[in-house]
Amino acid sequence: MAELNAHIPEGELTDKWTKLRSSMPLVNPANKRSIEIIVVGSGLAGASAAATLAEMGYKVKCFCFQDSPRRAHSIAAQGGINAAKNYQNDGDSTYRLFYDTIKGGDYRAREANVHRLAEVSANIIDQCVAQGVPLAREYGGLLDNRSFGGTQVQRTFYAAGQTGQQLLLGAYSALERQVGMGKVEMFTRHEMLEVVVVEGKARGIIARNLLTGELERHSGHAVLLCSGGYGNVFYLSTNAMGSNVTAAWKAHKKGAFFGNPCYTQIHPTCIPVSGDHQSKLTLMSESLRNDGRIWVPKKKDDPRKASEIPEDERDYYLERRYPAFGNLVPRDVASRAAKERCDAGYGVGNSKLAVYLDFKANTERYGRIEASKHNIHNPDKETCMKLGREVIKEKYGNLFDMYAQITGEDPYELPMRIYPAVHYTMGGLWVDYNLMTTVPGLYALGEANFSDHGANRLGASALMQGLADGYFVIPYTIGAYLSKELATKPIPQDHPAFVEAEASAKGILDKFLSIKGTKSVDHFHKKLGKIMWEKCGMARNEKGLKEGIAEIQQLRKEFWSDLRVPGSADEMNPELEKAGRVADFIELGELMCMDALNRNESCGGHFREEYQTEEGEALRDDENYAYVAAWEYKGDVTFELHKEELKFENIKVAQRSYK
Amino acid sequence: MSTGNMNLTLKIWRQKNNKAKGSLVDYKISEVSPDMSFLEMFDVLNEDLVAKGEEPVVFDHDCREGICGACSMFINGRPHGPKEGITTCQLHMRSFKDGDTIVVEPWRAKAFPVIKDLMVDRAAFDRIIASGGFISVNTGNAQDANSLPIPKVQADSAFEAAACIGCGACVATCKNASAMLFVSAKISQLAQLPQGQPERYRRVQSMVAQMDAEGFGNCTNTGACEAECPKGISLENIARMNRDFYSAKFVSEESI
Repeated sequence: MAELNAHIPEGELTDKWTKLRSSMPLVNPANKRSIEIIVVGSGLAGASAAATLAEMGYKVKCFCFQDSPRRAHSIAAQGGINAAKNYQNDGDSTYRLFYDTIKGGDYRAREANVHRLAEVSANIIDQCVAQGVPLAREYGGLLDNRSFGGTQVQRTFYAAGQTGQQLLLGAYSALERQVGMGKVEMFTRHEMLEVVVVEGKARGIIARNLLTGELERHSGHAVLLCSGGYGNVFYLSTNAMGSNVTAAWKAHKKGAFFGNPCYTQIHPTCIPVSGDHQSKLTLMSESLRNDGRIWVPKKKDDPRKASEIPEDERDYYLERRYPAFGNLVPRDVASRAAKERCDAGYGVGNSKLAVYLDFKANTERYGRIEASKHNIHNPDKETCMKLGREVIKEKYGNLFDMYAQITGEDPYELPMRIYPAVHYTMGGLWVDYNLMTTVPGLYALGEANFSDHGANRLGASALMQGLADGYFVIPYTIGAYLSKELATKPIPQDHPAFVEAEASAKGILDKFLSIKGTKSVDHFHKKLGKIMWEKCGMARNEKGLKEGIAEIQQLRKEFWSDLRVPGSADEMNPELEKAGRVADFIELGELMCMDALNRNESCGGHFREEYQTEEGEALRDDENYAYVAAWEYKGDVTFELHKEELKFENIKVAQRSYK
Repeated sequence: MSTGNMNLTLKIWRQKNNKAKGSLVDYKISEVSPDMSFLEMFDVLNEDLVAKGEEPVVFDHDCREGICGACSMFINGRPHGPKEGITTCQLHMRSFKDGDTIVVEPWRAKAFPVIKDLMVDRAAFDRIIASGGFISVNTGNAQDANSLPIPKVQADSAFEAAACIGCGACVATCKNASAMLFVSAKISQLAQLPQGQPERYRRVQSMVAQMDAEGFGNCTNTGACEAECPKGISLENIARMNRDFYSAKFVSEESI
């Protein structure tokens, strides 16, 4: 059994990374040329890792299921990326970013990892700007910042509402540069279906060429999983349709422990569900909470339109409950507060499962500032609104357009209706400080690992972590492992482990096609999503989780006996691809419920109704649960719990307060 | 609100693989809700087809919020359908009316061969980027991000060019199947930034050479690409690219 050792370097928190980096074993350039690294996924973590490792001289093979690496779901990140640059001179520092992230994660993340993240955050911005990423600037030509939730400084860099797109295109261009130089071999429309483990070490993967259906064997000295999160276990989420857990789950079944699977981030500001046909949910960036005020009517079931409700009959509940942070409380807090208001009968819109996000006050304020810039004194309200709208448009134009498209309403005129939706998963493959899983040679980066966000991720920190892992962490830490692999010859692809892994992948595909039942893949996926949302969603309790586990087990039986997948395995067959992903989601769903049931406390995004303060805030149990739950797969969808104790030596653990 | 009352006829391009001959096939679909997205309407159609034991229609899609650039349907003769400034996944059924017949085809261009049904191969775009659509800066080489101020107007203009999602609508709509809007957007983004200067002329030459090698047609200034681009990428970028391409002949020491 693999041992759970986080390999955190000795020494002072602030010196750990510097010392480790300087003493890390290196691989000389000649040796690098004969070492092959497999990278699964081409998002921020995968593209940055693949590009950087190739720049260093390694031979890299990179895989993505999309038709181009540029389409990985990092592309959809809207709001921004954090970095402790202190360009705004507002008291930011590496320590403060570290502190905010640990606190935001409700004291359930590793101190050493988070401090390293804060240390390299500034390098990321430098690197991206050097690549030609057009981040937003002020008139003086310097970079602009905006505010994000869970912090009181302005440290978020952005490119309109398309920050993820711009950062990913930067990493993608670095990746394509290496492809053009022949240093990275890119495999698009390929999906990883198995990790190949030879004598206890990850030595390759089985990938399915989605165009031809062919199963391919790829070998390497190390395998990096950069395959993103598993929010689609809920069916409806802000993830892309193809986002899936399969690579991580297959690794889990080959011995990689899964860390904190129940930590799910429900984002407070998404466009509400409009009907049963809905295939995905769309986020409205957290940056909107900068300039928007969230409210519901003070009267239950108020039938009036938003514009007809006078100011003193509105309940700005976040500002009321959390005067210090107001609308900028972290996501878990904001989501629960919205659910609380809607459950209590104050929701708005047809479904009553929505709250208002209103830009009027700030539009007018911006207008007043613009008017004074134009030497218009005592401007009337109409002028202010007109000028202010231009400012809002420049900041958030694409988001407002998206909202209008989806809802058919004009958000410049009416407040947005928003409701929480599944957005990000803090849980993922357990990794040590070097980002290695419990399988030697198998690494996990970005959202695919569990490492840096504890029980709740702060806004604009996912882009930071993905790029930190890929550009600045793995290129160093992988050397420690590879320097011991110099004698390892290229891995023969006819090794029994490859044969077996390929047969296993083929067996599953054949099974899907042979069931010939009556229900489509989506039928099962929707059912799973409903169970997960109701029993393991924003609020959980013991009874519901137990029911959830039983329901998922029943669903799994039905899936394997009544699934219908048309077509064959030797062609482009999206239904077959989906079947594999949903089969893995069903197993993962059960583990998420088990993990949530095991954790008898509330922390961050994990809210157990039995454990709350009198004011309805999450109530942690540090004595018994200050650990990472790392689950080992024991065959036949059974799991064994291992614990990594979290030690807080530099931060005083406290009840999280944003009041 | 889950089901609606629109009844539609769809004429969809079906093609088994890139060697098979394709054709338009008629499908009836009923109870379509105006709140559905165009792709959700396809989801419903595909569910019906699976239930009937037929093969569902294959199409590219992923983020379904207009940013990944995967979706690519040619709807009633226009890439991404009748509305301006959006992708197929952002098109909603409220843009159609009960009784409509909707023709859906894949992108059509020699350089974008059909893979199956509505799915095409756009790998040519990746190869064009690989030929020069980058700034050669290895990780770790960067100076402080604020050490080089960039005027806001210039940065904003670079950003507007960088907003391209690589969907290929510009190629699909162009009568010459020209990729100039796509290629020029990247060239123009980098040419407007100080970081892009050292490789400026080398870049334009190699990217244009790759574009030609991929079999895209030339530009005859029709402007359909700009009109159909879901991200509003401007024709000015093509002018900027052409200017740089010709300048390269004079200023570049290393003509490619």
